[in-house]
Amino acid sequence: MTEHISLPVQASQTGAARLKMRHAAERRFRIYGLAAVLFGLGCIATLFITIVSGGYSTFTQTVMNIELDLDRELIDPKNISETDFRKIVRTSIYELFPEVSGRRDKRKLANIVSPGAEYQLRDHVIANPDLIGTIITLQVPMSDDIDQLSKGVIRADLDESERRVSDLEITWFNALREQGRVETVFNTTFFSAGDSRDPELAGILGAALGSFYTLLVTLLLSFPIGVASAIYLEEFAPKNRFTQIIEININNLAAVPSIVFGLLGLAVFLNFFGLPRSAPLVGGMVLALMTLPTIIIAGRAALKSVPPSIRQAAIGLGASPMQTLMHHTLPLAMPGMLTGTIIGMAQALGETAPLLMIGMVAFIVDIPASVMDPATVMPVQIYLWSDSPERAFVERTSGAILVLLAFLITMNALAVVLRKKFEQKW
Amino acid sequence: MTSSTLFTTLIILLCAGLIYQKSSRRILIGFLPGSNTYKRESVRSRKIKERIAFLFLITCSSVAVLTTLGIVLSLIFESFRFFTLVPITDFLFGLQWSPQTALRADQVGATGLFGMVPLFAGTFLITLIAMFIAAPVGLMAAIYMAEYASSRARDIIKPCLEMLAGIPTVVYGFFAALTVAPFFRGIGDANGIVISSESALAAGLVMGIMIIPFVSSLSEDVISAVPRSLREGSYGMGATQSETIKHVVLPAALPGVIGALLLATSRAIGETMIVVMAAGLSANLTANPFEAVTTVTVQIVTLLVGDQEFDSAKTLAAFALGLVLFFITLVLNMIALVVVNKYREQYD
Repeated sequence: MTEHISLPVQASQTGAARLKMRHAAERRFRIYGLAAVLFGLGCIATLFITIVSGGYSTFTQTVMNIELDLDRELIDPKNISETDFRKIVRTSIYELFPEVSGRRDKRKLANIVSPGAEYQLRDHVIANPDLIGTIITLQVPMSDDIDQLSKGVIRADLDESERRVSDLEITWFNALREQGRVETVFNTTFFSAGDSRDPELAGILGAALGSFYTLLVTLLLSFPIGVASAIYLEEFAPKNRFTQIIEININNLAAVPSIVFGLLGLAVFLNFFGLPRSAPLVGGMVLALMTLPTIIIAGRAALKSVPPSIRQAAIGLGASPMQTLMHHTLPLAMPGMLTGTIIGMAQALGETAPLLMIGMVAFIVDIPASVMDPATVMPVQIYLWSDSPERAFVERTSGAILVLLAFLITMNALAVVLRKKFEQKW
Repeated sequence: MTSSTLFTTLIILLCAGLIYQKSSRRILIGFLPGSNTYKRESVRSRKIKERIAFLFLITCSSVAVLTTLGIVLSLIFESFRFFTLVPITDFLFGLQWSPQTALRADQVGATGLFGMVPLFAGTFLITLIAMFIAAPVGLMAAIYMAEYASSRARDIIKPCLEMLAGIPTVVYGFFAALTVAPFFRGIGDANGIVISSESALAAGLVMGIMIIPFVSSLSEDVISAVPRSLREGSYGMGATQSETIKHVVLPAALPGVIGALLLATSRAIGETMIVVMAAGLSANLTANPFEAVTTVTVQIVTLLVGDQEFDSAKTLAAFALGLVLFFITLVLNMIALVVVNKYREQYD
């Protein structure tokens, strides 16, 4: 008897236990999901923190004020560029530390300022020839190692054998700092110069302009072609086999590895058509082919969101198909198309691999002035700098990444704003 | 300078406006009664214009097809030249990759070995590590976003995760080479394991992070597309939310999830910059994630970067690798698209 009564109680107890287990499983499952999301967000945060903390110091540069004696005997006013400006700079540095002797120490001492100092002085004197014969004070960049020392990247408290800067150099640097000669200023060189072997003289302007010309070509090619394809496929194409092939094809093209586009560019544009290597023109053409699917897909979605009633109304009033399109459908779909184009351009701006294939990876000091000049682009510049052995280039790389990310975020924000502003509910 | 630019722009805009107005008025006049000749002219010119515009549209939409054709033809053509130099069986089944071409005829190891197996082994090892990260994280994140998160939280989480896909790959490469790889090496040193500074682990992990959004976004879409009635049926039977997800929603969304995973895999196989910067250069047939391996894309880049003449086996090999790469990703994409489309038809 008792057994019969106790059974349901027991069952309900195990039932309660089971329910508890199931609810625990439910909580665990939910936590896994949350953990996955947090992992993703944590990765983003880590990435940004790493890049920002490693890169923000790029935007400052350690400089020193130095008196330079522009002796009339050394400078011929009629032929300024023939002057040995290096000698003038070195003499001034040696005068600061008269106790230094010996060839090796002297050379080391001379190297605490950047090799760019003499060119800076030359340009300054050419611009102001009346300074000849006077003593001027000039602010010159210090060498990359001293700059890194000043920023604390190269640590003075390590053993001398473990750092790139010797004790002697640190003594000189500290002496200069006590004299109030050393300053940290905004790094204008980084934004106004092309590439250089010396980190303190390297800038991203060349790469940024290369990116600009490349994207210009990409935009001019891919926007009209992409919009026209989207219009044809969405508005006019008959539902036949050819259209179907184009559609499948576009979807597949969107997922082809970018490096394959680089191979195409190399085989067709460079080897077959003989276009110049390293030119933004070719880079832009390759990237245009890559962004085309993005623009077509976005364009078709935008056209699809325009309600058919608008087309029917236009046709009912006697407009031809092309007039319906140009006067009614296209203007309404334009914001969506522009959003897709901006996103495609942002992708193209960050693309590296196909451009390596067509030779936009050379060391180019000159700043490009047209789409035919050899150039590199910002992501490739980042790749090149990340390969450089100098410690200071690590910082420049992060700095260049920050600039690139700033551009990308601006472009994507623009796309979001555009979408929000013109979003229309029918 | 800027004011003159502004001025010019203004003039151009004005002219454009005038022309536009004129042309639209002409069409209006064309339809007025009593101007019969003008009307006929206008309609005919309009028809010609429309035909030209139409031709332009068709030409543009065939550019995409021409691109694919260009890719296939150029890859096949160059690969064909490669296979006249190196037998195709050596390429497909060879276990050694050392693409050195001889400077002198009697040089040691002068022939160059073009076996693609170690390269693809390396590629698949790194892809496997990447998917090992991206598949669970992406899928769980998708489930959380679709089923648990409030719509406000989802509106924040989704774009943030998608940012991962928008960051240029060169940035990931830099991150992998400079932060993740030394970190793993440090861990290895502390535990007495030798972890190469160009280990497959570092490259694979960072690549996995990169492709999380490829898995999560697409999976979220398909999970959200599972009809409510299925879930409610399950709740009605007394199942908890996680039981419903595991036993009802996921099986229903499985084809779409598989499609998402396949697309992410193909993205990982074709990824270049991360492995160029963080993986090794020498071919190494191993399954040990702590060792350095090289990948197909790394070899394509190393073979082709720098000025080279394009008739040596060394440079042509890059095109043969590209052809195989293109073929593999194409097949993966096709399967993924077919699977996803089949699934869509089911519920629409």
